[in-house]
Amino acid sequence: MQLFKSTVGRKILMAITGQLMVLFVVVHLLGNSSIFIGPNGINAYAEHLHSLGPLVWVFRLVMLTLLLVHGIYGAVVTLENSAANPAKYAMNTKLERGFASENMIWTGLLLLAFIIYHLLHFTARVTPGMTLQNDLQGRFDVFSMVVSSFQHGTIALIYVAAMIVLFLHLFHGIQSFFQTMGWNNDCSRPVISKVGRLVAVVFLLGYSSIPVVILARILT
Amino acid sequence: MSDHKTMTLTLIVWRQKNANDPGKFETYTAKDITEHHSFLEMLDCVNEDLINSGKEPIVFDHDCREGICGMCSQVINGVPHGGQERTTVCQLHMRKFKDGDTIYIEPWRAKAFPIQKDLVVDRTAYDTIIQSGGYTSCHTGGVPDANATLIPKEVLDYAMDAAECIGCGACAAACPNSSAMLFTSAKVAQLAVLPQGKPEAAARVQAMLNTMQECGFGNCSNHYECQAACPKGINVKFIAKLNREYLKALFK
Amino acid sequence: MILDGKCPTGPIEKSWDNHRFELKLVNPANKRKYTVIMVGTGLAGGAAAASLGELGYNVMAFCYQDSPRRAHSIAAQGGINAAKNYPSDGDSILRLMYDTIKGGDFRAREADVWRLSQVSNNIIDQCVAQGVPFNRDYAGYLDNRSFGGAQVSRTFYSRGQTGQQLLLGAYSALSRQIKAGTVKMYTRREMLDLVVVDGVAKGITVRNMVTGEIECYAADAVCLATGGYVNVFYLSTNAKGCSVTANWAAAKKGAFFANPCYTQIHPTCIPQAGEYQSKLTLMSESLRNDGRIWVPKKKEDVGKRPDQISDEDRDYYLERKYPSYGNLAPRDISSRSAKEQCDDGRGVGPGGRGVYLDYADSIKRLGENTIRERYGNLFEMYERITDDNAYKTPMRIYPAPHYAMGGLWVDYNLMSNVPGLFVLGEANFSVHGANRLGASALMQGLADGYFVIPYTIGGYLATVKPGTVKVDHPEFKKSKEDVSARNNKFLSIKGKRTVTEFHRELGKIMWNNVGMARSKESLTEALKVIPKIREEFWQNVNVTGTGGEINQQLENAGRVADFLEFGELLTRDALHREESCGGHFRVEHQMPDGEAKRNDADFSYVGAWEFKGNDKEPELHKEPLKFETIHLAVRSYK
Repeated sequence: MQLFKSTVGRKILMAITGQLMVLFVVVHLLGNSSIFIGPNGINAYAEHLHSLGPLVWVFRLVMLTLLLVHGIYGAVVTLENSAANPAKYAMNTKLERGFASENMIWTGLLLLAFIIYHLLHFTARVTPGMTLQNDLQGRFDVFSMVVSSFQHGTIALIYVAAMIVLFLHLFHGIQSFFQTMGWNNDCSRPVISKVGRLVAVVFLLGYSSIPVVILARILT
Repeated sequence: MSDHKTMTLTLIVWRQKNANDPGKFETYTAKDITEHHSFLEMLDCVNEDLINSGKEPIVFDHDCREGICGMCSQVINGVPHGGQERTTVCQLHMRKFKDGDTIYIEPWRAKAFPIQKDLVVDRTAYDTIIQSGGYTSCHTGGVPDANATLIPKEVLDYAMDAAECIGCGACAAACPNSSAMLFTSAKVAQLAVLPQGKPEAAARVQAMLNTMQECGFGNCSNHYECQAACPKGINVKFIAKLNREYLKALFK
Repeated sequence: MILDGKCPTGPIEKSWDNHRFELKLVNPANKRKYTVIMVGTGLAGGAAAASLGELGYNVMAFCYQDSPRRAHSIAAQGGINAAKNYPSDGDSILRLMYDTIKGGDFRAREADVWRLSQVSNNIIDQCVAQGVPFNRDYAGYLDNRSFGGAQVSRTFYSRGQTGQQLLLGAYSALSRQIKAGTVKMYTRREMLDLVVVDGVAKGITVRNMVTGEIECYAADAVCLATGGYVNVFYLSTNAKGCSVTANWAAAKKGAFFANPCYTQIHPTCIPQAGEYQSKLTLMSESLRNDGRIWVPKKKEDVGKRPDQISDEDRDYYLERKYPSYGNLAPRDISSRSAKEQCDDGRGVGPGGRGVYLDYADSIKRLGENTIRERYGNLFEMYERITDDNAYKTPMRIYPAPHYAMGGLWVDYNLMSNVPGLFVLGEANFSVHGANRLGASALMQGLADGYFVIPYTIGGYLATVKPGTVKVDHPEFKKSKEDVSARNNKFLSIKGKRTVTEFHRELGKIMWNNVGMARSKESLTEALKVIPKIREEFWQNVNVTGTGGEINQQLENAGRVADFLEFGELLTRDALHREESCGGHFRVEHQMPDGEAKRNDADFSYVGAWEFKGNDKEPELHKEPLKFETIHLAVRSYK
């Protein structure tokens, strides 16, 4: 299949899977934000999600597929690229590229590690020291679980650090999607580039705000 | 103009006897260089000194020395063509350097551009990419009148912007992935917008991309380093155009 | 010997059509049995290789660069002429022919020039079909501009890079044939010998510039599209690799060298800045459309800044001398006038070798933006090289050797006097006479490559049996030995001076004595000096390295050695031609007002020289020129 073999085909696959995951990141952020409403907000939201039944598993499978496709091609492309460029220059001068664009594979791998931890932590809930209880309405108390976790400095720090990694990944990734899909031209590229980076900043601030406000005991 | 000021520079130059030699850096001194010397003329002077002292001169590719043939190929201080905007090595002048500077001079480095000697690399891969589809299949003679098909000026200007590529290889040399995407896209984009090139657009983009891969170039990951290094200012919007053409071809 | 150009007779309008009809054809099924060697892959060679490959011949193409896309045709800036008459301003095939003959000072063949003018229109169609982006107007029609010495707008252009775009067009056609397998491309090969078997050209010997190996290739016909020789002046606008070597190798094997003294000195180049300079940079002649050329009237003003010299103290010498053409006077006239002003001590810049090209008036009239739109890239280039901003201060320009009108002698079929040896483009002498008009070189290269040789070579091949000579023939063995011996000789001298030093020394004598203004004394002196330089070269040159590797010193040694022989022939031709015409100006032969004085009674012929060895005088053969359509007249641009 052209799409899976060709250099641009794989790039498009990575762009689309990446962008779908970005959409998930948007929805996830909106959902998480319900924590600011208090236990009622996020617990109700979680309860609603779980009531979807098999759809949850369909959704999880889709996400897994996206992650796999994105990850595998990311690794393949990176290996090919380093094979294509075996010798480095004695003087390494950067013109356009930056830390974010050069380290996509590393930020990607870190994100993968974080996702595994995050799933073990809040989905499988098998990490030690978890507060697992039901709230007054008999729903699972997500709020207490999250708040009690993030009151641990280390855990809060891991999450903030992961969000910085996510920021770096998307700093390059979001605008890259538009370039790969061929939606760039003279006028749009500078705008798309800025907007993409802005969105990455919004994610960083939005996601990090939760552990930070909990750690600062603003949200209890 | 200050003709009387001269500079002395330290050059750290990549020397490699042939394709199989591992190669190493050697240090040379360039003396009595004025600000009006071109970079290559500075190297000429160093070479004359080397010959007169019984040493092998530095081998480097060059030909037209007016910035259009695309023959010259040197990475100066880590930047292909030395980093002056829209300028090839041959048009780079020593007034961009200061007395006492140390300058690193290296060949293009990419698996698809094997080094043949010193600063000379083999860029046949670029020809191979063009051979796989960078043309319109028109026959000599038997074509319509030049004005028979009108081409809007905007389209023409866009095509010309892409067509200015000199095929020097700086894009792949600058790319952290050694991708030849900017080069490939410039030809794809030029021919894709012109009515004469449209009939073969889908086959062309697929063939040229496959060849690019086969030649050992890496994948484009949108660093845009190529655009910054290109001595002709070829824009990465052409890569976006190539991607678009590729998508179109997928659904054909 | 009186040479016969084998031009068709009868009415000129039908000459090429009739001739094509009379040429023999090669059966399509037989074409692949014939092998054709193409040396050089610029406009002429690239176009020819592509067209012959497409016709079905088996083509082997050679170039010294690492890719056929880099031939020096790429550097042509201004444009390409064609008699399309799109602007309806009075152009026609006949007018293009007339302008070319007159521009060439009546030293070209009428039939060749007619054919060139006729096929010029096909070239534009062909290039557009290839995707060459010629400039167009907002309605989408092709744009034309007027160019150096023409009173109609017939020049098609792609910004300031017409040569590049045309070459890339030919290169794309060539690439298509390479992919199809009809053309085999050999890059980084330099032709060092022509192999002639029983008087017929049957192959070449080249040096593989990467491995150093000497390689032989046999074919049924050999085409040279190897460009011009003005690097004999050392400093020129040609690429560093341009040389006379391939042509000289052919000349040594019996091909006649025609009109070598016709060299074009281009008026708008950036002046030399110092001794170390390696080449001169041309700026498009189109600059003269809006710039005004001047020097100070008074010698004492030359040191002043240009803005300190008031208008009445400036001598706009071209406007003064040629009121109707003014700053657009043909190249030879403009160049010579610049030299006159500088010889008079009124030149500006380092060494007093420069004249001003001033845009102040145009900027006042049209605005800086219009000028930027028209010439922005040239102004940028000028600033990169000189560090001067031409929007604020006038450019300094000086003439530089640019183009060789002379070349190997060919008949109407582009075949030299050696059967089987064809010569295309700048390498032959055919259409430009004693001076080439702007935007005509690209036209000639492509005309020869796309529309002439594909017909005429068939006429020859139809008469020979394919594949009769193979590389195991003793002539190839001998050629290989000769070439190797010469290279070994270079490497064994181990003298005290570098190749470049010799080239520079030769260039200086050529430029000073055989340059823009030649006299009996200067030429005679050059004829004394050149053999001395040559002699010292063979005693005292230092060529480093070995033969079995990339060795640029060895490559250059071969080229300079050939220039040292060829320079003498050029000088001898200039000395024998006791007249002034086009690019050849003899100070003894000028009108009272300093204009060139032609001598039609005695010199209306092509002078083709047969090389007899360095120690013997070459023999002159003449091909008389007849002017039946365009009548001989004094060229006047007043």
